[in-house]
Amino acid sequence: MKAFFDSDLWWSFTRSPVTVISAIVAFICIAGAVLAPVLAPHNPFDLASLQLMDAFKPPAWSSEGDATYPLGTDDQGRDMLSAIMYGARVSLLVGFAAVIFSTLVGVTVGLLAGYLGGKVDALLMRIADIQLTFPSILVALLIDGVVRAVLPRETHSEVALFVVIFAIGISNWPQFARTVRGSTLVERNKEYVQAARVIGLSPLRIMRSHVLPNVMSPVLVIATLNLGFAILAEATLSFLGVGVPPTQPSLGTLIRIGNDFLFSGEWWITIFPGVALIVMVLSVNLLGDWLRDALNPRLR
Amino acid sequence: MKALWRAAMLVAALMVGVAEARTVRWAASGDPNTMDPHSQNVGTVTMVLQQIYDALISRNPQLGLEPGLATAWRQEEPTRWRFTLRPNVRFHEGEAFTSDDVVFSITRALQPTSNFGIFVDTIDRAVAVDPLTVDIITKAPDPILPNKLASVFMMSRSWSERNNAARPQNTRQREEMFTVRNTNGTGAFRLQSREPDVRTVLARNPDWWGWQVPANNGNVTEIIFRPIASDATRVAALLSNEIDFVIDPPLQDLARLRNAQGLRVLEGPEVRTIFLAMDVARDELLYSDVRGRNPLRDIRVRRALYHAIDIQAIHRTIMRNQSVVTGTLFPEQVQGYSREEDVRLPYDQARARALLTEAGYPNGFEITLDCSNNRYINDEQICQAIVAMWARVGIRARLNAMPLGPFFAKIQRDDTSLYMLGWGVPTLDALYSFQSLLATRNGAQGDGIWNYGRYSNPQMDALIQRMKTETGEARNATIREALRLYREDVPHIPLHHQMIPWAVRGNITIPHMANNQPYFRWAVVN
Amino acid sequence: MFSFIVSRILQALPVMFVVSLISFAMFAYVGDPVAIMLGQDFTEAQREALVRDLGLDQPFFVQFATFLGNAVQGEFGLSYRLSRPVAELIAERAPATLELALTAAFIALMIGVPMGVYTGLYRNSWLSRFFLTFSLVGVSLPTFLIGILLILTFSVWLGWLPSFGRGDVTRLGWWSSGFFTWSGIKALILPAITLGLFQLTLIMRLVRSEMMEVLRTDYIKFARARGLSNRAINFGHALKNTLVPVITIAGLQLGGIIAFAIVTETVFQWPGMGLLFIQSVGAADIPVMAAYLMLIALVFVTINLIVDLLYYAVDPRLRVGRGKGH
Repeated sequence: MKAFFDSDLWWSFTRSPVTVISAIVAFICIAGAVLAPVLAPHNPFDLASLQLMDAFKPPAWSSEGDATYPLGTDDQGRDMLSAIMYGARVSLLVGFAAVIFSTLVGVTVGLLAGYLGGKVDALLMRIADIQLTFPSILVALLIDGVVRAVLPRETHSEVALFVVIFAIGISNWPQFARTVRGSTLVERNKEYVQAARVIGLSPLRIMRSHVLPNVMSPVLVIATLNLGFAILAEATLSFLGVGVPPTQPSLGTLIRIGNDFLFSGEWWITIFPGVALIVMVLSVNLLGDWLRDALNPRLR
Repeated sequence: MKALWRAAMLVAALMVGVAEARTVRWAASGDPNTMDPHSQNVGTVTMVLQQIYDALISRNPQLGLEPGLATAWRQEEPTRWRFTLRPNVRFHEGEAFTSDDVVFSITRALQPTSNFGIFVDTIDRAVAVDPLTVDIITKAPDPILPNKLASVFMMSRSWSERNNAARPQNTRQREEMFTVRNTNGTGAFRLQSREPDVRTVLARNPDWWGWQVPANNGNVTEIIFRPIASDATRVAALLSNEIDFVIDPPLQDLARLRNAQGLRVLEGPEVRTIFLAMDVARDELLYSDVRGRNPLRDIRVRRALYHAIDIQAIHRTIMRNQSVVTGTLFPEQVQGYSREEDVRLPYDQARARALLTEAGYPNGFEITLDCSNNRYINDEQICQAIVAMWARVGIRARLNAMPLGPFFAKIQRDDTSLYMLGWGVPTLDALYSFQSLLATRNGAQGDGIWNYGRYSNPQMDALIQRMKTETGEARNATIREALRLYREDVPHIPLHHQMIPWAVRGNITIPHMANNQPYFRWAVVN
Repeated sequence: MFSFIVSRILQALPVMFVVSLISFAMFAYVGDPVAIMLGQDFTEAQREALVRDLGLDQPFFVQFATFLGNAVQGEFGLSYRLSRPVAELIAERAPATLELALTAAFIALMIGVPMGVYTGLYRNSWLSRFFLTFSLVGVSLPTFLIGILLILTFSVWLGWLPSFGRGDVTRLGWWSSGFFTWSGIKALILPAITLGLFQLTLIMRLVRSEMMEVLRTDYIKFARARGLSNRAINFGHALKNTLVPVITIAGLQLGGIIAFAIVTETVFQWPGMGLLFIQSVGAADIPVMAAYLMLIALVFVTINLIVDLLYYAVDPRLRVGRGKGH
């Protein structure tokens, strides 16, 4: 532990107030989301607890507000604060899972293709092309369609979340793969790699300990933007009608619903989920930004 | 000198024309998918085509029947109607309108590729007696034939045949059909240009016969129709003065539109009833955890589902008071409506629970509710709310909300146990609803074609048969009896009739119509 | 060079085949065009006739083979929804989407690259910090929300720009362009910004990070030591070396732009291919959806090819590497 506080990482962290603030905000977001079942005043997924007559209540501080609903209620009488906390849970889960998934797949493929070259490269990059040919939204529509066709309808709402994670994750790996491959192609021809090969290190070892660390910088840039992007992609999918079921809304679904109330005067339905999303994505992005600079010794 | 004079006249005429250019920019969420008058029986198509085409019989702002291309009609014999046609009527491209065109149009609507079968299903043939007289022979006596013919547009035989369009458009053809993008009606407006999904421009037809009729006081010279699918964008376009008239403003924006300067909201009912239909035929429900039996065949369960719905809450919150809560099959504009039969089972959760226990489901059961999410006003929200209400009496309903394409496909495969539907009644007669929704599905034209709960009661079928031929008070009594049976059997859970607010700019007056069709012949721009 | 291009094109063919198979297979399961086309009233006989007419009773592979054979000739049949030839519909809509996508890409590059260079060079200036914060906010908002907020601000509150559609277009043969009328240009602004914002921030951050890396490299230090001017170093050496990843990402993003145009076009009711696609999904209009997906695939394969070629041209080391093989 002491080693950590003595490290350069910690030092650069404490030097940047923006980073400290965004770390605190991100922590609050994540904690609020993870602990939602304990902290949230209501359970918005419990349909039997919804009171339709409580729909469209403004936030507690306005004159018509109700103290039971701190941020007001939506069109179904769901408490906005609880809905946002539960929604953030879904969004974060989708975001993290999708990015981890696409990073693993993308980096592996990119390294293999760039390092091995030749037929393997051509094959892998053609697969990436097929994948890239369908941009993320279309990939998600495709996967959703296939799932609907293959699985019985009863199981759809249970698997919907995994479908979304898979759809977003799978649609982003080629981006990692192409970038890693591009950098690997350059790295591969550098003297130190050739030297390593000459002294007989195994390709796996060379890739892991010599090539990989040198291609991580662009991967971090993309992964950083991709965590936010994955959350936003989920929102976009909800906007287009593919995504988590409406009875268990994610932050993205809440924004889509709020979008309908942009002109209606029920501003809290529109504003709060959007603000929550922006704050969450922004703090994660700021943290990632700092992490990239801090982890890259050449930039210091 | 003469040339100069003519030029001056021309300039003057142009200036008058400019001064009198009265354009209405009109938007809705959907675009008509064809200009063929006998192909698609869909509101979005009719709403544009009825500006261009006339039927033998017109409707007035109260939806009553008025002379249209026919000045008079009479039931000469039980199965023979005689129509006297209006003289000196010309199509937009100059052809004279005669009895031959009527025979042609009705024959065209009878073609298998037509979607207007239900309006001409009783017609055996049409016969031209002389150029301005037509006889229509029906297979059986049809007391409501004029109501149906008010929905059948008249085309020109020579124009259609010249353009190879004697049959309604058929998707099998590899070539695009001429009538998909071209029109030639007798109506108040003519089609000037059309880009599907982008804009459709109609220009006033100064030679329309109807402008002689004082009631047709419209002064609109040009209509620009633009489809805008996104609710928020449609409202924004109206608020920012890019659009003058929105036929389907979202309910939640009405308050803002009412208060916006220079805008007005016209309110009124639509002849469309939203209800839930239940599978009362299967031995085992689909998408449920009940094995070996179908709880919905038990009337106590159907009643329990009915009792559990707090329709007033839906009316006040989701519909923002823009609905007419109902306990019957159709609204009062429809011939045969009976106020005594328009009574709901009261909202009563305790009663619902008791009925479920009595029926052997003290812990409720699982079921799936199929809903559209872009067809009716706030359809998905209504279904969500109902699912939550049922949860409180122990029914674990899963909501399956889909766009209208997959939704209709699913229910038409009978792949449903419980679904929400909205039913409009273009003929304004009870038979249309009973025949389509509640008759036993037997393969005959029109019978039970939208009865996906497969309700079947011989008593109801007999009443429907009587409705087809009876007239006058006897028929009204039959309909009343059928409505009573409908309440007793609970094949549906009626919810409400839709209200259809329209939002227009303050300088435009246009009568609000219960068929959700704007009639620009009555629109005045100041 | 020639054999490189040929091999790339040969590799693209199976891609196109797989894409067409997938797109057709998938959409064979979504929705039922028969239900939509028949409308409210129909008989069982009419329904069966329509199923036969559409060939929907044929086995899957027969339907697919028919589709593929026609597709090769650019013949996609009639749209179920609009009863018009699909090729014609897409040709009608393509100019709108392409003009929007190119404008968005142009905005993203023209603003994103200079911003990236600036923030890379002057890491600690307040303007750099502002740009970075702005870019973060830009990527933290979903596209449709950006669109709606722009509409709210510039159409409803300020009343400066139209909220939907394309304005007046000029016909240049079969191409319809919004570039030549004032209303067309005005209508283009909000959608292009909405669509380009994400790419702009991505390019800016990428250029910045690459710039910073390159400026640390030995040869830049070397150039500095040799006394080259800052200008020559920054633009002659540093920027040039950041171009490889920028070209990759920008090229790949062009396809993404066309795809994200679906969302932007939906919000702005922009009459392009994306809107056509979404409306076709709603109506289960299989011919249009299949044709659109194949077109997107073709566009993407082409972009990939060009990116590869540029890569090849920009970084001479790759040529050597490729020659060796493994």
